Amino acid sequence: MDIVVAITLFILALLIGVEVIGKVPATLHTPLMSGANSIHGIVIAGVVIVAAHATSPLAWVFIFLAAVLGTMNVVGGYVVTDRMLEMFKSDKGKKKEEEAK
Amino acid sequence: MGTLAEMLSTPLGVIEWFVYLLAAVMFVIGLHLMNSPKTARKGNMVSAIGMIFAVAMAFIVLFAGEISNGFKHSVAVVVLIVSIVIGAVAGVVSAKKVKMTDMPQLVSVFNTVGGGAAALVALNDILTSAETPSIVVLITAGLGIMIGSVTFSGSLIAAGKLQGIKWVKRLSLPGKGFWNILFVVLTVASFVMLCVQPNQRLLWSVLTTVFALCYGLVFVIPIGGADMPVVISVLNACTGTAVAMSGLAINNIALIVAGALVGAAGVTLSIAMSKAMNRPLLSVLAGGFGGSNSAAGAGEGPEGTMKETSADDLAVQLVYAEKVIFVPGFGLAQAQAQRELADLGTLLKDHGVEVSYAIHPVAGRMPGHMNVLLAEANVPYEELVDLDDINPQFPQSNVALVVGANDVTNPAARKPGTPVSGMPILDVDKAQNVVVMKRGRGTGYAGIQNELYFEDNTQMLFGDAKASLQAVIAAVKELIN
Repeated sequence: MDIVVAITLFILALLIGVEVIGKVPATLHTPLMSGANSIHGIVIAGVVIVAAHATSPLAWVFIFLAAVLGTMNVVGGYVVTDRMLEMFKSDKGKKKEEEAK
Repeated sequence: MGTLAEMLSTPLGVIEWFVYLLAAVMFVIGLHLMNSPKTARKGNMVSAIGMIFAVAMAFIVLFAGEISNGFKHSVAVVVLIVSIVIGAVAGVVSAKKVKMTDMPQLVSVFNTVGGGAAALVALNDILTSAETPSIVVLITAGLGIMIGSVTFSGSLIAAGKLQGIKWVKRLSLPGKGFWNILFVVLTVASFVMLCVQPNQRLLWSVLTTVFALCYGLVFVIPIGGADMPVVISVLNACTGTAVAMSGLAINNIALIVAGALVGAAGVTLSIAMSKAMNRPLLSVLAGGFGGSNSAAGAGEGPEGTMKETSADDLAVQLVYAEKVIFVPGFGLAQAQAQRELADLGTLLKDHGVEVSYAIHPVAGRMPGHMNVLLAEANVPYEELVDLDDINPQFPQSNVALVVGANDVTNPAARKPGTPVSGMPILDVDKAQNVVVMKRGRGTGYAGIQNELYFEDNTQMLFGDAKASLQAVIAAVKELIN
């Protein structure tokens, strides 16, 4: 890809990020951070892409390490964020739950 | 890979491009839905589905390539699948097992592994290509290696400190300024050499990695425990940037956009946190709060007597109040007393008392940590109120109950010349009555005595927060029945 296009995308995405994150209330900053954390687990897609060119043992080692770390990041990140957000309930939500019991 | 035109020359290439774009859009929508607790869980789900699309697409392209070239890279594919299974199991187990108080450590560990993975992708790109990489690849991959390695070692130390591992906490670094500068210079020098001498890329990329890892260590070691919220945010931003750089190196739109989003999130939260602590971001990162400042401040501060109260007295005050504000700090979590505080809140609410929780932005060990801890204890999120919204309410409240919070309630912050000066505080002292639950008479992190404790309308209840709260709950129950 032409590097100028890539840099343009990078900058525009940064601006979108600042805009979207700025609207998140402080209440949700921990799940936000952990959610953002899982998004950088996208690096696993990068690992899969480079695996398509891996022919040397050195590359296999890199892929093994990167894939273990990246998958741990992405899977663990989404699971723990969901676990946290599940706990955020409104007063009404709680009452409904009690009634269900 | 190659140019944009080459990438889009096959139908599969076009589909790949748009699937990654779709994933990127879903990440943005997911983050956007996080702006309210009502939709946040759905947002996380949208983001996760986008992730599944992106990874599935990468696999489809991988397998399509393998079929057309007769499974030339079958070893790599097997290695890949095995390692993904290992990583997924490790991720799920750690995510399911972690206690909410330990959340900052886990986020730090995920930063470590994410930064490490980004650095490895970049390293792989430089080291295993047969021909000499172009200057663009050298620069972007070099940056990915640098930033990813710093995040890897830095986050590892941060996680160790937060976990309270003794030898990690004890680590100190005399002459930290020297080491910081030394490793920055060495890292940048190796990076520059990598770009000008690509024939020696093995040597220079390994040196860049090693020096960047060392820099990560000397960067985080001097930073104290209470500054960790900021450090974690900064490291999060670094991981995002490292991923984006690796994305530039391997020409992948999903990595570029996702990395930029995370980078923006990290930077935004770091700035918000350092504002809440009233310290410039750079001074937090330079480390050493509490060092010289606290030594100067320790002897000063207000003199006077603290009035003590009992659990029974406090129970009477609470039951006959119309409006009560709880002010929880990390001391509450350390005493594992969130549930007791929530139970007390529910008891009072059922009795007709208006209860809210005042949440200071730096309450806890990462941004918004206290909210998660109280949510876990079943406090509805409507009752958790931010600094700006709760401060005007203190004068109308009959009782403000401070549990395990110290510096964020110190009125000295309104005056110049103290270590906490200018820090935004909760106006607890403006409540009609203040009761402070505290383990001992010690000072807070800033190392100064809290003027609040000597005010006429303040009473102290010394002891373990959990035991005290249990006593108060028992007394309240007796009064109500």
